[in-house]
Amino acid sequence: MGEGSTGNASFETIALMSIFDTFLNWSVFVESLPALLRGLWITVGLGLTSIVLGLAGGLLLVMLRLYGGLPMSPLAIGYIDVFRSVPVLVLLIVIYYALPFVGIRLSPFWAATTALSLVSAAYSAEILRAGIEGVPKGQFEAARAIGLSSIRQMTDIVLPQAVKLVIPPLTSNSINVMKDTALASVVAMPDLLKQATQAQALAANPTPLIGAAVIYVILLLPFVRSVGLLENRLNRRAR
Amino acid sequence: MMASIISLRGVSKYFGHFRALDDVTLDVMAGETLVVIGPSGSGKSTLIRCINRLETHDAGDIVVDGFTVGDTRQLATIRAETGMVFQNFNLFPHMSVLRNVALGPVRVRGLSWVEAEARARKLLVRVGLEAHVAKYPTQLSGGQQQRVGIARALAMEPKVLLFDEPTSALDPEMVGEVLDVMQGLARTGVTMVVVTHEMGFARRVADRILFMCEGRIVEQGPPTTLFDTPQDPRLRGFLQAVLSH
Repeated sequence: MGEGSTGNASFETIALMSIFDTFLNWSVFVESLPALLRGLWITVGLGLTSIVLGLAGGLLLVMLRLYGGLPMSPLAIGYIDVFRSVPVLVLLIVIYYALPFVGIRLSPFWAATTALSLVSAAYSAEILRAGIEGVPKGQFEAARAIGLSSIRQMTDIVLPQAVKLVIPPLTSNSINVMKDTALASVVAMPDLLKQATQAQALAANPTPLIGAAVIYVILLLPFVRSVGLLENRLNRRAR
Repeated sequence: MMASIISLRGVSKYFGHFRALDDVTLDVMAGETLVVIGPSGSGKSTLIRCINRLETHDAGDIVVDGFTVGDTRQLATIRAETGMVFQNFNLFPHMSVLRNVALGPVRVRGLSWVEAEARARKLLVRVGLEAHVAKYPTQLSGGQQQRVGIARALAMEPKVLLFDEPTSALDPEMVGEVLDVMQGLARTGVTMVVVTHEMGFARRVADRILFMCEGRIVEQGPPTTLFDTPQDPRLRGFLQAVLSH
């Protein structure tokens, strides 16, 4: 019994050692770190570009949807519905592998940016619409009554209040865009995930994948938490 | 003979099947203080909201200072020439008091921020709020907010001021400070159209009172005539109801 127990313990120790060697191998991690960081910058660049373009597109879409009239308003609604239905990965593969057949050849970076911003614009438009509809009617009336132009009504009065109302969902959407950049690895974009899978193949060890996962979490966790805090604060104020 | 600055000819307005304004014809003279009274739902607010086109009228003609309301090319001019004070103030909550007042002159009249803020400061002194220029609307009492609302309307130097029940959302102890400012304005010669339930103010300040009922002007005249010898039974009933408590 005692012998068996000792044998088990040493077996467990060996198993634990091999788990560390396999998944959390320090020397493999250190070796792959430069590649992972190169990938991180590409991920961040791709994410930020897509977030900014998505917000700009979303603003354009929501203006067309709310104030575009015929035929722009129904077209904007159609766009928003379609691009909220299509999986980003499918869109990305269509853009990267199908568009070249009609002569449109985008680099992995711009293919990924296009796919991510097209989808993000649809979500941003819906979020901004909720914000604009949350601004009291009296604000629009006061802006019109002092004679502000339509554009000034938006930029001076409505949008500052609308955006403030929807900062938490806009941040959540940006977090999603940043996470979805990992899809770009399927079109050979050397982003964080791609660097990790390459390093894994090179070292014949999955530690770089764990490293990449940790880096994603470190990058995004502060934003995830701040959304929670912000929502709490807004809820408290609303009460 | 003074010139008419606002003229309505046969103006009607529907909300669905509800007739909010029914063939209203009215001239407001330059410099006149016109007070509009009547039961709720009588079309008082709709009347003044049609003048600066916050509502669109369905029939008839409205002309403000020679500009036709409904002609989109003249809309900006009409809105610049008519200031409006709202029941719920509708101050811009994300801007300081000073900015609230200075915004219109900058964006619509083309003043620089320095000029507009100087003008705003003067107006805020006039409504007794010089100590609050840097505050935000939510930091002010209702009466103070409404006085900012008046300063904001005045900053455009409008020919016409429209007041849509300016004291109805106020606590009773704050009504006086707002009415005092309005009474002061009436003496400056600006044209004022005031929708209100404040009968004391109407009697003291109005040049003419308009009584509306069911979208029509039922009776009008100087305060003494209207209050002391009301003709229409609906006006008599209304006055009895509002003056009895």
